[in-house]
Amino acid sequence: MKIMSAAAAALVLAAGSAAAQGYPNKPITVVVPFAAGGPTDITARIVAEPMSKALGQNVLVENVAGAAGQTGSTRVAGAAPDGYTLIMGHMGTHAASVGLNPNLKYDPATSFQPIGLANASPIVVVARKDFPAKDLKEFIAYVQKNPDKVTQAHAGVGSVSSTTCILFNAQAKLGKVNAAAYRGTGPALNDLLGGQVDFMCDQLTNLAPQINAGGIKAYAVASAARSPAIPDVPTSTEAGLPGYRIESWNALFAPKGTPPEVVAKLVDALDKALNDETTKKRFAELGSLLPTAEERKPDGLLAVVKRDIDMLTPTLKASGVTIGN
Amino acid sequence: MSDLVMNLAHGFSVAFSLSNLALCLIGCLVGTLIGVLPGVGPIATIAMLLPLTFKVDPTGALIMLAGIYYGAQYGGSTTAILVNIPGEATSVVTTLDGHQMARRGRAGAALGIAAIGSFIAGCFATVMIAALGAPLTKLALIFGPAEYFSLMVMGLVFATVLARGSIIKAVGMILLGLLMSCVGQDLETGVDRLTMGWTELSDGVDFAVLAMGVFGFAEVIRNLENPEARDVVKGSIGSLLPNRDEFRRSAAPIARGTLIGSILGILPGNGALLGPFASYTIEKKIAKDPSRFGHGAIEGVAGPESANNAGAQTSFIPLLTLGIPPNAVMALMVGAMTIHGIVPGPQVMTKSPDLFWGMIASMWIGNLMLLVINLPLVGMWVKLLKVPYRLMFPAIMIFCCIGIYSINNNPIEVMLTAFFGLFGYLIVKMGFEPAPLLLGYVLGKLMEENLRRAMIISRGDVAVFVERPISAVLLVIAALMICIAILPSINKKRDEVFAE
Repeated sequence: MKIMSAAAAALVLAAGSAAAQGYPNKPITVVVPFAAGGPTDITARIVAEPMSKALGQNVLVENVAGAAGQTGSTRVAGAAPDGYTLIMGHMGTHAASVGLNPNLKYDPATSFQPIGLANASPIVVVARKDFPAKDLKEFIAYVQKNPDKVTQAHAGVGSVSSTTCILFNAQAKLGKVNAAAYRGTGPALNDLLGGQVDFMCDQLTNLAPQINAGGIKAYAVASAARSPAIPDVPTSTEAGLPGYRIESWNALFAPKGTPPEVVAKLVDALDKALNDETTKKRFAELGSLLPTAEERKPDGLLAVVKRDIDMLTPTLKASGVTIGN
Repeated sequence: MSDLVMNLAHGFSVAFSLSNLALCLIGCLVGTLIGVLPGVGPIATIAMLLPLTFKVDPTGALIMLAGIYYGAQYGGSTTAILVNIPGEATSVVTTLDGHQMARRGRAGAALGIAAIGSFIAGCFATVMIAALGAPLTKLALIFGPAEYFSLMVMGLVFATVLARGSIIKAVGMILLGLLMSCVGQDLETGVDRLTMGWTELSDGVDFAVLAMGVFGFAEVIRNLENPEARDVVKGSIGSLLPNRDEFRRSAAPIARGTLIGSILGILPGNGALLGPFASYTIEKKIAKDPSRFGHGAIEGVAGPESANNAGAQTSFIPLLTLGIPPNAVMALMVGAMTIHGIVPGPQVMTKSPDLFWGMIASMWIGNLMLLVINLPLVGMWVKLLKVPYRLMFPAIMIFCCIGIYSINNNPIEVMLTAFFGLFGYLIVKMGFEPAPLLLGYVLGKLMEENLRRAMIISRGDVAVFVERPISAVLLVIAALMICIAILPSINKKRDEVFAE
């Protein structure tokens, strides 16, 4: 009996590696768990093109939006681990969700086979252009002194802008901040430009054009170095809040159990796509950072996922914000 | 002024290149096609076609994608008129009188006036974008949550006018629509509401699911039940284009609709949605004989269709001048621009004048193309009505299903549509109208979100709605309309208005 099952297992393995050898012999689908047009979708579409070239098969983007990205993530976690269904997850679906949703149907660290990080966008703290504070320290002091005068905007519970601002409010010890939710960054930014709300946090990709045009003012970039897209804005360390370091990243995952040969091919294809000149140019225009050599590998990505889960979960749980039932 | 002429001349020189003209034509053709197919909307189409535009330069790509968007607005009215299915929220109103005209053998006139009205509105809105785009951006910025809420209240009061039969039943449908808009995740707290523990409902019911259900599927069931209803449409078709009298009656509604649609289109958060509803309400209110509305009044097609297309064009203003998308299609355009290496924002006008002015010029060319494509097609569309229903209804059902599936690639939504189809059939049987239900649904979400946003920002002070001047004016208008409806002497007249 034991021999039989061992033989069966060997057979399955052999069949698996045989399938992996021909991989890929049909188009590959990258699920984006959000509506088309957002930063994660744009990232997926930019890397899909050069990845298609590297793999010799079409890499198609499919948008499966819903429940702050959890619908698409749950679907891919349960998909066949054959390398033909992948997901472009991000900091929200694959890290923050742990602290936000007590009924999460997948575990970002164990339900997926990480492939590699695609890019990261620094988080920027911005305020309406006539806000009475000239730098981050003044801003923090003002909000602490006038908690009833300041309103923060965010793009809905579970969004990057909401999650990263919960972290900011906690790190800057702003107390309970009056926060208004919007359906996406666009409408929130619209009201920040119009001066209806006072401040928000979001990825640089979404904010850089308005910062450069003077429609809003930026207090700090939550990354290690200043961004070339907004060279005048200090880092959080320079601005006096060194603890606030967070990036919104996008990364490629496969379902758990994907054969190692397939994973190796995907890692290689993603790396080639990230070294592509057009990709580099597009990411630079967006203010996105390219991942390090280590982060482009499964282990490196897993480390990023675990790091952010550890960093975000306690703060998010303490904030009392939840998604779902 | 001379700057404007120079810029437009530059724009036309870009748009008139052979490849850009071809892309504009492709966009308009694809747009018309997906607009006509029930259920297949511009969002899914643009998302699917995005990879194809990678080989083209950004200006050409955006000219094509924009063509798909406003082309779909033209095409959407065709389905609303011929088979009583609104492809988009904005063509719900067109079903009211447009489909009645078709049933009376004036399908050609309805389609013709929709195309002509849309063309005039499109031309006007394009000039408005070119000349006043930058200053009008300020309008989008002074419209905060409080103003938006009051605008929605006004819209809701308007909604009662959409009723063709009993006003009580219409109010009931509006309330049901409001209630249904509450289904799904609460935006402020993230908690699921009214989902009965069903994760699939946590994003609420998609508009297309509801519209395809209560209009599309339900209409098919109704038609299968009494085949003679189809014969009315099949019978006489009449002259293809609107006659002189119909043109005369449509002129003023087109002008008013264009103006209303242009202004509402600029507002953030899908203000363009209100355009056709507002236009219909106004036409019905000022008409000498409002009882014709709901029975095939051409004003009820001309006004809303113009408002719809004007709004579709002016919703490009916040995108082009601020880089902020006012609705889901524009959000996709932001993505398309970014993928093509153009970061949307206030710098687009100065950094990529080719794109900015080329796109504006192409909109005018595109509108002309759409008119040329659509007028000859009117004859063909009308012939479609002669297709035996046993061939037509499976096609409608299949396209609806494909369209619904393509929104989120989610099979559950197709099932939900079937459920709403049954539901829509039942409510019509009981004498309720689906149009007020849809309007309540569309306005409900925007109304609730902006109410709560305004209250959070004012820290619970209700006075914010009357202290802000624009908001106060909108509320006063809404209150006046309610007074007119309640005053007993006028009440009698209103009963005549709403009498079937």
